Amino acid sequence: MWRYTFKRLIQGLVTVWFIASATFAAMHLVPGDPLASDKAVSPEIRANLEKRYGLNEPVWRQYTIYMGNLARGDFGISFTQKNRLVNDIIREHFPVSATLGLLAVIFAALGGILWGALTALYRNQLPDFIIMFLVILGISVPSFVVAALGQLGLVSLNNLAGVNLLPVGGWGTIAHMLVPSMVLGLSTMAYLTRLMRSSMLEIVNSDFVRTAKAKGLPPPRIFTQHQLRNAVLPVITVLGPAIAAITTGGFVVELVFAIPGLGRYFVEAVQQLDYTVIMGTTVFYGAFLVFMVIAVDIVYGFVDPRVRLE
Amino acid sequence: MHQTPTPRPHRDDAEDNFIRSAGAQLLLFAAVAVIGVALLMFVLAGLVGSNAESVSAVDVERNMITISLADEPPQLDSGMGADSISGMVLGHVMEGLITRDAQANLSPGVAERWEINATDATFYLRKNARWSEGEPVTAHDFVFAWRKAADPAQASEYAFLMYYLRHGEAVAAGQLPMESLGVTALDDHTLYVELSRPTAFFDKLVAFQTFYPIREDFYHRTQGRYGADAEDLLYNGRFKITRWIHGASLMMRKNEYYWNADDVRLDAINVGYITRDGHSRFNFFKDNKIAYAMLQSEQLTSAMENRFHIRRYQDGALFFLEFNHRDDRPTRSWHLRRAMQLVTDSVELVNKVVKLPGYLPGRSLFPVYLRGVNRPFREEFPAPDPELDLELALSHIEQAKIELGVDELPPLTLLIGDSPLAKNQAEYFQSVYQQLGLTIKIDAQIFKQRLDKMKRADFDVVMAGWGPDYDDALTFGDLFASWNLNNHGRWQNAEYDSMVAIAQNSIEPDERMAAFATMQRLIYEEAVILPHYERGTSYVTHPQLKGMVRRAVGADPDLRYAYIERETE
Repeated sequence: MWRYTFKRLIQGLVTVWFIASATFAAMHLVPGDPLASDKAVSPEIRANLEKRYGLNEPVWRQYTIYMGNLARGDFGISFTQKNRLVNDIIREHFPVSATLGLLAVIFAALGGILWGALTALYRNQLPDFIIMFLVILGISVPSFVVAALGQLGLVSLNNLAGVNLLPVGGWGTIAHMLVPSMVLGLSTMAYLTRLMRSSMLEIVNSDFVRTAKAKGLPPPRIFTQHQLRNAVLPVITVLGPAIAAITTGGFVVELVFAIPGLGRYFVEAVQQLDYTVIMGTTVFYGAFLVFMVIAVDIVYGFVDPRVRLE
Repeated sequence: MHQTPTPRPHRDDAEDNFIRSAGAQLLLFAAVAVIGVALLMFVLAGLVGSNAESVSAVDVERNMITISLADEPPQLDSGMGADSISGMVLGHVMEGLITRDAQANLSPGVAERWEINATDATFYLRKNARWSEGEPVTAHDFVFAWRKAADPAQASEYAFLMYYLRHGEAVAAGQLPMESLGVTALDDHTLYVELSRPTAFFDKLVAFQTFYPIREDFYHRTQGRYGADAEDLLYNGRFKITRWIHGASLMMRKNEYYWNADDVRLDAINVGYITRDGHSRFNFFKDNKIAYAMLQSEQLTSAMENRFHIRRYQDGALFFLEFNHRDDRPTRSWHLRRAMQLVTDSVELVNKVVKLPGYLPGRSLFPVYLRGVNRPFREEFPAPDPELDLELALSHIEQAKIELGVDELPPLTLLIGDSPLAKNQAEYFQSVYQQLGLTIKIDAQIFKQRLDKMKRADFDVVMAGWGPDYDDALTFGDLFASWNLNNHGRWQNAEYDSMVAIAQNSIEPDERMAAFATMQRLIYEEAVILPHYERGTSYVTHPQLKGMVRRAVGADPDLRYAYIERETE
């Protein structure tokens, strides 16, 4: 198992290096000037700006300098947020996005398992139809619509109640975290519900469950130990990429609810051609996701004894 | 294995039992999950959360208002700042020699009086102006700040404002040392400025943030982090920043060391939310969390239904169609430009396409809020009446073909930004110019790339905008001087250049305004640009918030004179 982990980690590092290089190349290929502003500046000032951001060197030299700094964990200074280290930006804003994302994933996973099991249990009856209808909505309605509707709903709720039940935006307390993370986790929850449902239905018809029933095992035990536990496996596999989708998809929710997360910097840096922030956030996210997937794979090895990690 | 038979009309007891107990299991699972998540959120809030005090738009007890900004200020070094968000914050926490009062007139700031003439200016600083830790503001602070702004190593985008000082251009180009810049401190409270040329609006110029003071010893103490955080700044304005959580919030509290602290009626301005999403900000306003919000067209009905008081102001920007006048472009032909001018109806554009409240149809290079000699410039020197004549336009098209030596006019590339509004307008113009037999190809780019293409002259026509840097018509007028790097179309006209020179060098208002009037006429006659609209903004405010000032030039919105009106019941 340790050898497996080590091998995966090395592969992970190579993947991250590849992500960094590909982003660097793409960034420099995109037409446009990161130092452009609507005021024309004198050539002298322009030269100084280029020197400050290291843009006066040939591209290959910029690459080696950047990779060297990266290996030492130095992401450089933002082009647009003067005087702010990219490391500081990541350090201050990633915990917010991570919290939001973590809660969203947990809502999605718990909710997905719960609703999925419920629909499988009451299949072809009313609860099934209702939940599956909501699932289709959850998968199809885009996140910015859900976020906007969610916020509008909160405003109406607060107005109706006359008192401030839940904050409509901002960050800081449990109340601030509740609605945004639910909104963020919604489409993943819908997707996991479907997954869980088909997984459960498959298991219900399988040999070992019918054997357990025939043996007369107590129903609760059949349900939890045999059905649920096996049905959860596909959900865990999907969890890796789901974390990916949620972490990067957090941008819309952060925008609508005015949450100071990293997603905003991630997206806006591309529009501003802020090279250092683009590289910093992309590499950081890339590394985060690569290692999340590895972690999930290892966890999977524990959960499913049939899988032997080699 | 054999399949289970198709579901029977009724289930037997064992299965019912199974479903019931499984349902109970799930319920238990759900209950545990809810408790578990609640605990987790509690822990996370403790780790990551901040002590967010409950905010309300207008807090009478704490004498504080809460507002929202569209963006995080990129940085608060007054010599470097180039954007409106930094400008707004700096305008509240710093003060220059001269400032603007609630009626938008110039009024004494750090300088209690001044003398400006054609060659130099002297400012007499008040003795009781102080920094936020108690030290007095001195003339040396201005000398340091202005030199820094001109310093090429700083690479400030606004260094060009220092060109109005003697040797400013040479210093900014690195040809002379910083000490040569035409500003000196005769003593702690007297600032002497040598001008590079007579500047009629120098008093308005020094109100701008690039001319704010900076303490040299404090600047060096921050070791390159000046302006990066709340503690990396010294404040001499009505407010000071006490807390700055990047991307999230900013707290400005009354600066007790301000020389006129008694005149500051608010105790705090809390920037409680930072988000670019206008819908969210409007939601915060509806939820009584922020004291004012900008309105977009979709929100107008909602604002009216809620009976919010809707206000408007011109935010200063002019948007227009700019032609590429270079020798290799079809748009160098005056006949072609004139033809396009004769079918461009900015009234229709504003009313049918833009449909945003507060926008004025474009008639001139000089927006309506600019002052003339005694009254608004556009009142004293009205813009040429727009002419719309399709037949005349078509005859000009024929002339254009002859001039350019072609049988058919080539398609024109229209460079635009990537916003939905820009795309709508571009499509509208496609159909408008089709009447002339012109094909318009749309080239949509994000902001930086659009600028880049403009600089490389990679366009035939571009939808561009310009905002004022200072409160004088010259900030628009000199845009099309042949030497101005921002004149992306490279239009050149000797008469226009001579008018710009007069406006720059004369200090006689009559002479200058007449020069601007000539410029206005030339822009129209030569069809240098086609003005589209002057941007206006609608917004709503909390009924108890009074004294907020909106400006086209300078810190906007200006809350320095704002106060909370107590409810009268």
